[in-house]
Amino acid sequence: MSPPAVRHAMPIFRPDLREGEAQPAARQKVLIRDVDFYYGGFRALKNITLPLHDKRVTAFIGPSGCGKSTLLRILNRIYELYPGQRATGEVLVDGENILVPGLDLNLLRARIGMVFQKPTPFPMSIYDNIAFGLRLYEKLPHHELDDRVESALRRAALWDEVKEKLGQSGLGLSGGQQQRLCIARAIAVRPEILLLDEPASALDPISTQRIEELIAELKAEYCIAIVTHNMQQAARSSDYTAFMYLGELIEFDETERIFTRPKQKHTEDYITGRFG
Amino acid sequence: MENYLRRRIINGLVMTLCMAATGFGLLWLVLVLWTLLWNGVAAISPVLFVQMTPPPGSTGGLLNAIFGSVVMTSIATAIGTPTGILAGTFLAEYSRGSRFGEAVRFINDILLSAPSIIVGLFVYELMVVRMGHFSAWAGAVALAIIVIPVVVRTTEDMLNLVPNALREAAAALGSPRWKVIMLVCYRAAMQGIVTGVMLAVARIAGETAPLLFTALNNQFWSTNLNGPMANLPVVIFQFAMSPYADWQTLAWAGALLITIAVLFLNIGARALASWSTFKQ
Repeated sequence: MSPPAVRHAMPIFRPDLREGEAQPAARQKVLIRDVDFYYGGFRALKNITLPLHDKRVTAFIGPSGCGKSTLLRILNRIYELYPGQRATGEVLVDGENILVPGLDLNLLRARIGMVFQKPTPFPMSIYDNIAFGLRLYEKLPHHELDDRVESALRRAALWDEVKEKLGQSGLGLSGGQQQRLCIARAIAVRPEILLLDEPASALDPISTQRIEELIAELKAEYCIAIVTHNMQQAARSSDYTAFMYLGELIEFDETERIFTRPKQKHTEDYITGRFG
Repeated sequence: MENYLRRRIINGLVMTLCMAATGFGLLWLVLVLWTLLWNGVAAISPVLFVQMTPPPGSTGGLLNAIFGSVVMTSIATAIGTPTGILAGTFLAEYSRGSRFGEAVRFINDILLSAPSIIVGLFVYELMVVRMGHFSAWAGAVALAIIVIPVVVRTTEDMLNLVPNALREAAAALGSPRWKVIMLVCYRAAMQGIVTGVMLAVARIAGETAPLLFTALNNQFWSTNLNGPMANLPVVIFQFAMSPYADWQTLAWAGALLITIAVLFLNIGARALASWSTFKQ
């Protein structure tokens, strides 16, 4: 198979960019360097090195079990909730290695938001779901808290649907609304980096589209990393794409290049659907 | 076709046996409740709630026993609930997979099924002998020892039902562990834990053996926690064994009161459990 066939099979659709318009140069926000990850004795990630850029979306694609979620979970060290999991190497956020022992994980995680595959609303009201994170590190007067909750919900495109029922349980929302609630909760605390672990995989196409539009908007302010099984989604919503396979980073490049002129045969086979 | 007929006959036969076994089991329960209602309802009167347990031959009520039962059950719950919730939290949140956690869980299960008379004897040795007299405190402590393993078990089970994704989501916002547990996990598991506490209360409401060795009984009104205190189970025990008809009647009344209280606690627990957070 020749690469041109690939080019036509997978058109790039970036609604936020007009043709010929270039984005301003991106600043490197995170540098993952020589990272290995172990579940007990099993080496799940092998020598991963790649950057994440500020105000850009980086997508991680690859078949199930390739380590893309694992890599995401290193960035806020959420894996440390479980004994027996450990990472080696360096993850530099603005030049500071966050894998060093003794780092305050709570402060780290407050700077890095995460949204999970399944919506995880807390068993409390919609308002309290958003205010939860705000109350942790900021002592806001009442009206200011209200403002922050409202603006987070507005930016997650959920405000109009829930403004009449902020006092009701977050568990009563639909799946798509719950996921937008979780995104609102993550951005309410104004993190620097947003990690999205298959945020739309449990949602219907319309909810998925809303989440993708949301990602396009949020990109203006955040460094976003997204894990996805959906290659169209990666092509539509990301600027950079990393293809992973069996714990290794096979290829990392601008999304357009990955989907039109991949350097590795392996990558090409995957994005054209010949395996995976 | 012959085969089919055979299968239908066997099916019918087994079905009948199952129904008969169920009926046999239920029969005794119904008989117990029927006897209790038959004798108990006749004995219920307003006097029960205003007069003390009488000497044989005169009229009286159960006020001191009801009061004693409520007091000791309340103290036992007040001691047992926080202890049990904290220990259950330790098992579910802090000791997953550790040897020590396994050992604690195992011992707790033994305590859960320990005969209550042993608990009574233990507290008798521990408190009654040392203090030199029976006391309501000793009774409450004996009951608390029965409450604790029940609450530990339900708390652990309910916290284990809380999805890990929820803990991760809270931790990912920068929430310290104790806040994850207090603000998210407890909230998610609350109904189940409350249900467990109610079932524990229902269990100790009718316990006799531990009180026989600890609080004993008291014919008079007493609010002194340092002295023996009347309570329904022991009064029932004593009055039912006596040859006096009026005492026996009071025993029936007491038994009915306990059964009604336990029934309501159970209904309450079930109602709570049915609007559980984890319906989905």
